[in-house]
Amino acid sequence: MTEIEYPTTRESSCPFAPAATVREMTRDNPVGKVRIWDGSTPWFITRHADQRALLNDPRLSIDEKRAGYPHMTRARAASAPHHPQLITNTDPPEHTRLRRTVNAPFMVKRVEAQRPRIQEVLDDLIDDMLDGPRPADLVQAIGLPVPTLVITEILGAPYQDHELFQHTSHVLISHESTPEEAAKAGQAIGAYLSELLDRKTAEPGDDVVSEMAARVVAGEMTRPEAITMANAILIAGHETSASMISLGTLALLRNPDQLALLRDNSDDPKFVANAVEELLRYLTIVHSGIRRIADADIELHGTVIRAGDGVIFDLAAANWDDAEFPEADRLDLRRPARRHHAFGYGVHQCLGQSLARVELQVAYGTLYRRIPTLALAVPFEEVPFAMEGVAYGLKSLPVTW
Amino acid sequence: MRIEFDEPKCVAAGQCAMVAPGVFDQRDDDGVAIVLDATPGPERFDEVREAAAVCPAAAIRLVEA
Repeated sequence: MTEIEYPTTRESSCPFAPAATVREMTRDNPVGKVRIWDGSTPWFITRHADQRALLNDPRLSIDEKRAGYPHMTRARAASAPHHPQLITNTDPPEHTRLRRTVNAPFMVKRVEAQRPRIQEVLDDLIDDMLDGPRPADLVQAIGLPVPTLVITEILGAPYQDHELFQHTSHVLISHESTPEEAAKAGQAIGAYLSELLDRKTAEPGDDVVSEMAARVVAGEMTRPEAITMANAILIAGHETSASMISLGTLALLRNPDQLALLRDNSDDPKFVANAVEELLRYLTIVHSGIRRIADADIELHGTVIRAGDGVIFDLAAANWDDAEFPEADRLDLRRPARRHHAFGYGVHQCLGQSLARVELQVAYGTLYRRIPTLALAVPFEEVPFAMEGVAYGLKSLPVTW
Repeated sequence: MRIEFDEPKCVAAGQCAMVAPGVFDQRDDDGVAIVLDATPGPERFDEVREAAAVCPAAAIRLVEA
């Protein structure tokens, strides 16, 4: 049997849908295999119910240092042995301890407190865009600057350094970067954050790097852990939210009835919150699979995953699994979508998900209300998608109003 | 309905506090969940069931009468 090459590319005729070959596996071959960059063939799990069961199964490990771990890219495989213990490469109970040390800034209450500031940031950006020429590029005008401003404020970094952040996070999550490019970008941002940590140790502010600096001084966290964690926050919070704002807008412009529904219900926080969940489900921008390695034999639908085998979970496939989300290919802002896997599932579920939700609720709740005539400035077929990263998105989104 | 919360498993994602805010909260220093009302009234059953369903660590178990 020939395995499909993974990650697969979404078809350009249907850029919001997971690849047809992946959807076929969800239907016909729930415990299949795919071939990845190094020629290995990890197991491939695409059904929602199977992902829910396995992503909470202690027999699966996220220890990326183990032989046979199905790395995302050559660059990741090369850097994995050098990573300190992180929330992204440890299992419970060590993982639980680490996650609790970095979790405070992302608590629901703390991110809710940021909502007025995020609203202000967005309103200013919309004012600027409306004052500028038409057409405008929504990626540059709104999509990227919103998460950049939010994340730099949360970290306590000056906004004028945002070009370094944007460049670095792009290089580090792109599948097209060479290990050398990734290493260079990683060193540059590491040096920057190390210096920021020093500054915040001397002059603490009300921000995450200052909090981590205090933990380093108190001996609760090592310096490399703090720098790696700050780096992870910066990268994870960047292009992901940017992609969701831009792609979500494009998906809504393609579904004018849904856009009208959202616009008319912009003042209903519950409606907007559910719309965010549905767009997260529908788009599932982290589309290159989350990875684990089996610690013990695991039987699933009559097939045995052996100890030491790699396992990949395609989150987009689970979010388009008709057994969980009937007519999954339809964007329906009223459907109950809260159980989607766009942030993953299990103990490693996205640390920044509450912040992402607030950013997206503010963005989707404001953009179309303030710009009711928002429209594409080019034919849909000419909108350039960026498919090559860990998360997918748009290179630009020309809009007019 | 009675809520059984397995605290050592909690990864402090805060989803329960978001979905059922009157029933769950998060501890200030590390975000670990707190059960405010272990025997919620029937008007809250839907949101509590949803909170248990979305808990990424499966740390919330419901004993339904």
